Amino acid sequence: MTETEPVAFPQDRTCPYHPPTAYDPLRAARPLARITLYDGRPAWLVTGHALARELLADQRLSTDRTHPDFPSPTERFSAVKNRRVAMLGVDDPKHRTQRRMMVPSFTLRRAQELRPRIQRIVDERIDAMVAQGPPAELVNAFALPVPSMVICALLGVPYADHDFFEAQSRRLLRGPAVEDVQDARNQLDAYFEELIDRKQKQPEPGEGVLDELVHQQLREGVIDRQEVVSFATILLVAGHETTANMISLGTFTLLQHPEKLAELRADPELLPAAVEELMRMLSIADGLLRRATEDIEAGGTTIRAGDGVVFSTSVINRDQDVYAEPDAIDWHRPARHHVAFGFGIHQCLGQNLARAEMEIALRTLFHRLPELRLAAPADEIPFKPGDTIQGMLELPVTW
Amino acid sequence: MHTDTRIEIDKDVCIGAGQCALAAPNVFTQDDDGFSTLLPGREDGGGDPMVREAARACPVGAITVSEG
Repeated sequence: MTETEPVAFPQDRTCPYHPPTAYDPLRAARPLARITLYDGRPAWLVTGHALARELLADQRLSTDRTHPDFPSPTERFSAVKNRRVAMLGVDDPKHRTQRRMMVPSFTLRRAQELRPRIQRIVDERIDAMVAQGPPAELVNAFALPVPSMVICALLGVPYADHDFFEAQSRRLLRGPAVEDVQDARNQLDAYFEELIDRKQKQPEPGEGVLDELVHQQLREGVIDRQEVVSFATILLVAGHETTANMISLGTFTLLQHPEKLAELRADPELLPAAVEELMRMLSIADGLLRRATEDIEAGGTTIRAGDGVVFSTSVINRDQDVYAEPDAIDWHRPARHHVAFGFGIHQCLGQNLARAEMEIALRTLFHRLPELRLAAPADEIPFKPGDTIQGMLELPVTW
Repeated sequence: MHTDTRIEIDKDVCIGAGQCALAAPNVFTQDDDGFSTLLPGREDGGGDPMVREAARACPVGAITVSEG
């Protein structure tokens, strides 16, 4: 470990597809650095790739955010720390029980089966864009509705309610005020309570994951209503916000690297590898949180029981010991072992679905609109602040 | 050589992430519950060089590959 002054974490990116330049001292201090959180509390930042894989798989690090020592990146996060979050906020063995209920719906095979449906949704959104434009605002016309429609179909949530839940998800993740986050949780809780009521009254269960939870696990008493609500919230919010950001930021990044885009157009077989490389480069969920439950020897020092441990995926995924020229896009590098989906027992449940969505969305977008380009100067297009999932706030395009 | 390769999957540890099946689809698959399993006839890895990649991609270290 290299001794440096603690750096404030998180901070805003300077370029939407690179880690903040303010993290440069953190990138130099591998595998572990000291950071200061918004409330002045010190924490460890894991910056090295090998140590990140080791510690993310180490169950002495807890994700139970209700614990008073759990590190908090924002005041907004602190305000809802006491609320239940299924899977992501739960340690084993309970986590294992919860995750196992979900796994059959998120396998590689299930994601493959959903591809024709994803393709249809993508085609329809592009048809609508073409009918109304050019130009278009790609976040609202494409990047957000595609994953939103896909996760609705998978969960059994009516897409007709998308304005409501997209707005609440936005408030939940970005506030701006503490009250927004609390109110958004309350509103989503109430919405899902009502949806569960409606599903319970249906004589025949629908086809969604939530229908199955309501008609099997809830009816059998394996889980309670609050747990169904908690599952629904995380699956819906994580299921559309993250992928939407990857589509918008991925598109922006490709448009800013025309030679890389041309390479991808010339050889569509590169696309699955390109999606992995974009995941590595963009690392949109930057700052995975854990609390040490015991003293842990790591990176030549001791992480003490009770310490907060944060994983900067954007820094870890650019560890130059693992990735040569880490700031450059290279579709031919082995990017597979990036930690953009996390690692260990909490690695993204929806990753296979997300990969399918990103591949289909990006391939179809650039195939259908070969002249796609930005409709505003790149440095004037707003992107998200550093304290939430990274992505574009708007993406004005034309073709 | 590869006939001496042994692949073990710890199903108590597996979280059904599907990373093995993604990395080495000719050797690994996911069963109906989502857990990693070996394709019939591929218990020895079939000489697939991606077997070790699959083991390394597993987020919970559920796959052990041993020689002879």
